[in-house]
Amino acid sequence: MEMGIAIAFWVLAAVIIGAALAVVLGRNIFRAALFLVLCFFTIAGIFVILSADFLAGVQVLIYVGAIGVLIIFAIMLTRETQRGSPSGRLRLPALIAGLLFLATMVFVIVSTDWQIVAEIPTEPTTSGIAQALFSKEEGFVLPFEIAAALLLAAIIGAIVLVREK
Amino acid sequence: MAIALEHFLILSAILFSIGLYGVLAKRNAVAILMSIELMLNAVNIALVAFWRYVAPTLLTGQVFVIFIMVVAAAEVAVGLAIIIAIYRSRETVDAEQIDLMKW
Amino acid sequence: MPPEVALAIFLLPFLSFVVIAFVIRPFLNNRPQLSGYVTIASIGISLLLSLWVLVEVIKSPGHELSMPDYQWLAIGDTAIHIGVTLDALAAVMLIVVTSVSLLVQVYSQGYMRGDPGYPRYFAFMSLFTCSMLGLVLADNLLFLYLFWEGVGLCSYLLIGFWFHKPEAARAATKAFVVTRLGDFGFLAAILFLYAKTGTFDIAELYVLAPALLSATALTWAAIGVFSGAVGKSAQFPLHTWLPDAMEGPTPVSALIHAATMVAAGVYLVARMFPVFASSTEAITTVAIIGGFTAIFAASMGLVMNDIKRVLAYSTISQLGYMMLGLGAVGVAVAGGVLEPEHGLMLGVAVGIFHLFNHAFFKALLFLGAGSVNHATGTFDMREMGGLRKAMPWTYLTFLIASLSIAGIWPLSGFWSKEGILAHAWESTPILFYLAMITVFMTAFYMFRVVFLTFGGEYRGQSEGSHGLHESPLVMIAPMVLLAILSVVSGWLPISELLGGESHSFFGALASPLAWASLILAGLGILLAYAIYSKKWLSAESLRQRFAPLYTLFSRKYWLDELYESVFVVRILIDGLFAAFHWFDDRVVDGVVNGVAGGTVAAGRGIRRAQTGQLQAYGLAIFIGILVIVACLFIFD
Repeated sequence: MEMGIAIAFWVLAAVIIGAALAVVLGRNIFRAALFLVLCFFTIAGIFVILSADFLAGVQVLIYVGAIGVLIIFAIMLTRETQRGSPSGRLRLPALIAGLLFLATMVFVIVSTDWQIVAEIPTEPTTSGIAQALFSKEEGFVLPFEIAAALLLAAIIGAIVLVREK
Repeated sequence: MAIALEHFLILSAILFSIGLYGVLAKRNAVAILMSIELMLNAVNIALVAFWRYVAPTLLTGQVFVIFIMVVAAAEVAVGLAIIIAIYRSRETVDAEQIDLMKW
Repeated sequence: MPPEVALAIFLLPFLSFVVIAFVIRPFLNNRPQLSGYVTIASIGISLLLSLWVLVEVIKSPGHELSMPDYQWLAIGDTAIHIGVTLDALAAVMLIVVTSVSLLVQVYSQGYMRGDPGYPRYFAFMSLFTCSMLGLVLADNLLFLYLFWEGVGLCSYLLIGFWFHKPEAARAATKAFVVTRLGDFGFLAAILFLYAKTGTFDIAELYVLAPALLSATALTWAAIGVFSGAVGKSAQFPLHTWLPDAMEGPTPVSALIHAATMVAAGVYLVARMFPVFASSTEAITTVAIIGGFTAIFAASMGLVMNDIKRVLAYSTISQLGYMMLGLGAVGVAVAGGVLEPEHGLMLGVAVGIFHLFNHAFFKALLFLGAGSVNHATGTFDMREMGGLRKAMPWTYLTFLIASLSIAGIWPLSGFWSKEGILAHAWESTPILFYLAMITVFMTAFYMFRVVFLTFGGEYRGQSEGSHGLHESPLVMIAPMVLLAILSVVSGWLPISELLGGESHSFFGALASPLAWASLILAGLGILLAYAIYSKKWLSAESLRQRFAPLYTLFSRKYWLDELYESVFVVRILIDGLFAAFHWFDDRVVDGVVNGVAGGTVAAGRGIRRAQTGQLQAYGLAIFIGILVIVACLFIFD
């Protein structure tokens, strides 16, 4: 079991990183979008390894389904496929900044003494999440409602922005 | 070697750094948006990993991931709308040519 | 006598000023004559009170009344008292100021009739008189200086009374600025004396100043005080304002020249006489300046065509006499020739006696000039002549005043001038000879005025001689009173009261000195008679023969030009002010412009960072985050 999870993690991690690199390095914007979708999928796999079954499903539904399709639509609408997706002038500074950031994060992650607990979460987590979201004492009812309002505002805003004048 | 919290966190950091590079280096506005999605996903991985290893009984980490997804969806919708609006008026989505705030 | 009397003497004219300025002018402007009545009433009462004070002073032992003083303010351990001095000097000055002022005010009723600024005129005149009375009564330098500046302010307001005339405004400014040059030295000297002795009180300074100051410091302090007197009393080299001050109404000139303003300088030297007499250098300076100014001003008076200008130069010259009188006795005291107890009072007596006599005849001369102007509409003597017949009273009083100023026995000018000449002869022979020449010149220029104005035939063009008329009674009456005073004031025992010598009526004629000066004065009158009345000598040919001298005198030694083109323009405007301008332009503005320019230049450079490239901004943000994180690690 342990071994299987380890293998799965390494494979998934390799695919995620490879797909992500393909997204940011490739010149073809459409292919980049497809690699992004692949990346979303594999992240859903990571969620499965982490016992977050509900989130894995949501990841596939929202990211792969909704956001992936939206991005591909945007690429189509802006007809930028021919010109591709070249890198800009800030390529080298961006690389240095990214590496520095990575180095910092790795240093922090490695040097921190994490308080690991041995407990294993109960699956499935769906009902637990529902409890956590909507419980009266320590739930997230108000943020949930605000998120709903935010989505509504985003939808209206998007419509207003793209409407033909 | 057993997979531990640090593995997931380092994966998250790598993914975030790649996204950061993309945000700063890509010229296509849609590509920049895609890179931002990578960064958000990196954060999601980190949050879920923390939930799993640090506080598995509290589902707050997962709740946060859900909120992030909501915000990401809204952000993509509005961001793409803005990109399309800019494309209509300026015939380009090249970030280097969108410099209305220049001196 | 209650001490309030002394305060009332100078508060009454102030009250008059307040009533005119705040009641009559705002509410009763349609009855302007009220302001004249208020002024005359207040100064009249002041005169009566001054006479009371004089009687009390004469009766008191040592001729000095002690008055209570009040603490005005205390700053830390420093207490400043105010009080009044009532000694013979102050009492005599009070009489001079109030009597001349009163007669001038009465005269002004006629002279200023119908002027739109009538109430304003009397308000200023009241304040002027008040300031001078306060100056005379003040027992400490601080208050003396306060009223000193009050006098300066009022003279400015009155010289520039017709401020819509550019010359009047200019003359007023000139008077104010030129006297201010002297006042600066005076103020510096007051502060210096206070710093060294810790007192403003004049009586204390008599003792403390010579005791606590080194000889050099005392000399400079005394010269500082004297510079104030030079400015106010129009002594060389600050005399240039006085002839220009003629732009004011003529009664103002009379008051300035006789009782207030210019008298203040002489009074100051007299009041501070013990301090001056402690320093040989300082008192010698006073004597030299006085003696030089006397002949210097007289020389310019010889050639002026404006009657008031001749009188102005004669005032400067006579003030020079007063300074010479003070200085000559002071030199004797400082040199140890005279005993200080006697000599200090003697010097004051010599100087102030002449001031006393001069006040009456000089006021009269100006009122006479004003009366002539009232009839002819001009001050230019070339357009006068023959006024003897039309204006007999003016002629008679003017003649008396001229004889008096020329020093003819037994008129008042003779007595005081003899005192000055006698003491100059004893202590400063060179200055004595200058003064003798001045006697001749004085007689000549005064009778030149008399013959040109009143003798011969009328030369004016504006109106025929039939239009000439004597001035109204309200103007003539004060002149007659002043004429009487000009005759008798020399007979009054003023000199004895001040501690000087007495003189007998006929005994004075026994002195050869008196005969010498009488002969010189007579020669002067004779010369004027020969040139301007009988025309035995042609003024024109004399003028040509002495052309360089004539030009020198009539151009006033080019001093106005020297001051204005060299001092004001070259040194001040082109030099000092140009430097200030440069400093203001380059340094002050330069700092302001530099800050602004630096900001603009910095903005021009820094705005390059605002590329409009979102990714560049994003990069900057992440670099910032990294720096913060790095700092957290480094400084944790």
